[in-house]
Amino acid sequence: MDFDPVLLARLQFAFTISLYIIFPTFTIGLSAYIATLGVMSLITGNERYQQIARFWTKIFAVSFGMGVVSGIVLSYELGTNWSRFSRVTGNIIGPLAGYEVLTAFFLEATFLSIMLFGGKLVPRWLHALSAVFVAIGTATSAFWILSANSWMHTPVGHEMRDGVAFPLDWWTIVFNPSFLYRLAHMLNASYLTAGFVVLAVGARYLLAGRHVDEGRTMMRMAIGLLAILAPLQLIIGDLHGLNTLKHQPIKVAAMEAHWDGSKPGDFHIFAWPDEQGEVNRYALSIPRGASLVLTHDPNGLFQGLKSVPPQDRPPVKSVFFAFRVMLGIGFFMIAAALFGAFLWWRGTLFTTRWYLHVMAHTWWMGFVAVLAGWIVTESGRQPWIVHGILRTADATSPVIGSVVAVTLVLFVLVYAIVFSFGIYYINRLIAKGPQGSAVEPPGGPGKRPLSAAHDAGRQALAGGG
Amino acid sequence: MEAHLPLIWAAIIGTAVAMYVILDGFDLGVGILFPFAKGNDERDQMINSIAPFWDGNETWLVLGGVGLLVAFPLAYAIVMPAMYLPVILMLLALVFRGVAFEFRVVSTGTRWNIAFAGGSTLAAFCQGVILGGMIQGIRVADNGFAGGSFDWATPFALLCGAGVVAGYALLGATWLVMKAEGPVADHARGQAKLLLLAVLALMALVSLWTPLQIPRIAERWFSLPNFYYLWPMPLVTGLMTLLAWRGLAGGGEKTPFFASIALFLLGFLGLVISWFPYLVPPSLTIWDTAAAPSSQMFMLVGTAGLLPLIFGYTIYVYWVFRGKVKPGESYHHH
Ligand code: HDD
Ligand code: HEM
Ligand code: HEM
Repeated sequence: MDFDPVLLARLQFAFTISLYIIFPTFTIGLSAYIATLGVMSLITGNERYQQIARFWTKIFAVSFGMGVVSGIVLSYELGTNWSRFSRVTGNIIGPLAGYEVLTAFFLEATFLSIMLFGGKLVPRWLHALSAVFVAIGTATSAFWILSANSWMHTPVGHEMRDGVAFPLDWWTIVFNPSFLYRLAHMLNASYLTAGFVVLAVGARYLLAGRHVDEGRTMMRMAIGLLAILAPLQLIIGDLHGLNTLKHQPIKVAAMEAHWDGSKPGDFHIFAWPDEQGEVNRYALSIPRGASLVLTHDPNGLFQGLKSVPPQDRPPVKSVFFAFRVMLGIGFFMIAAALFGAFLWWRGTLFTTRWYLHVMAHTWWMGFVAVLAGWIVTESGRQPWIVHGILRTADATSPVIGSVVAVTLVLFVLVYAIVFSFGIYYINRLIAKGPQGSAVEPPGGPGKRPLSAAHDAGRQALAGGG
Repeated sequence: MEAHLPLIWAAIIGTAVAMYVILDGFDLGVGILFPFAKGNDERDQMINSIAPFWDGNETWLVLGGVGLLVAFPLAYAIVMPAMYLPVILMLLALVFRGVAFEFRVVSTGTRWNIAFAGGSTLAAFCQGVILGGMIQGIRVADNGFAGGSFDWATPFALLCGAGVVAGYALLGATWLVMKAEGPVADHARGQAKLLLLAVLALMALVSLWTPLQIPRIAERWFSLPNFYYLWPMPLVTGLMTLLAWRGLAGGGEKTPFFASIALFLLGFLGLVISWFPYLVPPSLTIWDTAAAPSSQMFMLVGTAGLLPLIFGYTIYVYWVFRGKVKPGESYHHH
């Protein structure tokens, strides 16, 4: 059988990175939340914050572990599967990734252990500070890796010699044109994602009438944050898109399924882009909507897909639909957060049961939006791996297809096993809820972050399930 | 300065790899010894002795890999595809063992114990195979990997794999002698003696086989005047073995661990002597594969400032979690 190594390498990378990004997204947001709780409990002396922090720390430990192991996979995959990419861009991507390790990974890993196991060994302020360091570490990690990724979209500050990129000006490279937009959008996405998880868990407790005080605090904190961040994400996203229009117009054309650049663009609420026929079918559109958003003029023109030959276009369907998923979730998030803030102001936030019911089911939204966003960004860059410099097809390793196929199958199997267990355990921890505050959880002091869940598991088994 | 950059970077990456091998070595070693523990309480104690450290330890692996990409992108682009299968298997093994830390306590069965032990052993074995594969050399043409996907799979590489498994197990056992109390420490002491002998035998085998199959390395060691400078290596190795043995036999708690580390460092030094100045033996040197000077310099500035800081807080964490892990108790989670 013949295997296409490029296609397989792409599948493998898309699979491993898409499962992986779920965890960083969550840990970036959750660590910030836990750090906030720790600092608030220090300042106010209120035990409840401490207790909520302890609860989320257990969940954090599990997701962080999964993020670390699948992240290590990625950093080596760039060499095993994309060695020509490493060769061509190593001078640039290497140092950015290197700074990530030195400024972020060591910081996270080290202070994580104090955060998890040091509660009784270090002073309380240092324990809270460790959580702050971990939160800073995760955001710093995003800073460097997104700089590297943004450079792949908008490469500047280098020159090509014999097909290899050489750095000219590091400041220009790090702060390349799409970087700050992408950083702001991704960090905000992480905080939104964690915020909706906290909101959903809080709503779930209130509906069940368990852990009511904690549930209220969680909901209040989440709504307060989301009511600001959700609308902010729309603004950042809009600016991000305008910036992309400047540097990667064909990506924007794919996002809008805009074929003919000589006419103003409609905004398609739905359509079926037909890549052979170069038209949209079944379109439900707001006339000139895209022109209005992108050029602030209903008659404004922007480049269409037909302006480049088909082999230089990204896959229109995945970019177009993923973009709509992200937008849909983004607008839903704004509505949900603002309505929650309104209920809070009215004083009925905790009694409006239908709202609690809906919110209890929104925990997944951030994750899906993040994945959709990355598909827009990364698929929209195709056929390039580094925009204008290196094509994806020229970036793979000299490894035969069948070997890549075998490892792809292994990745799918291993990730399927490991991550479904992880999610199952996290769910269990959430079902168990926050435990008594100053007192130890039943069954003695927790030995490991999950030992509370262990007890829950044992009890469940003892009780016949 | 520019001419020395590749040398400086080779030294930094060497340090990162040595740090990795020692630090993750002992916690992988604890995993390799996992199946031989009696009962879950002993296993809890074993895993608790490494729980606060493993993540930081594994970060040195990331630094090693990324360091290679930073400073010698060409070497990275050749070695990784050449070692494709062992690298990916190692990564998958590390996935299993890494999540086992958090998962094993929740699950009621033995599933994650097996994952932890199997993952640790397989990861160690793959690392040895990668090492062996690199000693044998990598086929290169036009600045790219030109060999087959199974070039690494030779008896020699498998022997190196076994050597690394035994070596990590030795580090793990002596770590437990130092950090654990009660039966766990007692078992570990017995295991460490056997492992010390095994490691010595395997080290000797690899050290003899290597110059026999690679004339370049034979010449490095056995030509004059090199031989005059190098003969103390086996001598010091013997001394360290003796030190470790006496510590194990005489009730010493810290000497066996630190003597085992010294053995590892000696082995590493031996490799460096055999290897220098190649990074992708037998064709590309550290100068052939070096990144742009601007990239090496940009990163060097940060490394010079940050590495001491990292050493600082790493030592601090080892200090916070100093002392022994007793049976039935551990560092509390809050
Ligand atoms: C927006 C944020 C973000 C993005 C786009 C990436 N990462 Fe990441 N990474 C993190 C944010 C992060 C983090 C929040 O810092 C993690 C997640 C969970 C964790 O443990 O730290 C992490 C962990 C993590 C680790 C484990 C670190 C350790 O040993 O502690 C590695 C090796 C990588 N990542 C590598 C990568 C690579 C090669 C990426 C791209 C191809 C990548 N990450 C994208
Ligand atoms: C972490 C968030 C990210 C996600 C979810 C993500 C997702 C994806 C997806 C889905 C693809 C496949 C696109 C396609 O083939 O149509 C892709 C491609 C790629 N991305 Fe990303 N990406 C992320 C970040 C990064 C970063 C930070 C880098 C590098 C520093 C990177 C490097 C690549 C490379 C090398 C490819 C080419 C392989 C391919 O075309 O499939 N990505 N990414
Ligand atoms: C509500 C309005 C939103 C708009 C207008 C918007 C706009 C955009 C645009 C234009 C891109 C592509 C940028 C490029 O590649 O050039 C993008 C990417 C992305 N979006 Fe959104 N977005 C919105 C909401 C969201 C939400 C709610 C989330 C997640 C919670 C999210 C997460 C992401 C992510 C992770 C990426 C990929 C990284 C990046 O390129 O920034 N977005 N978004």
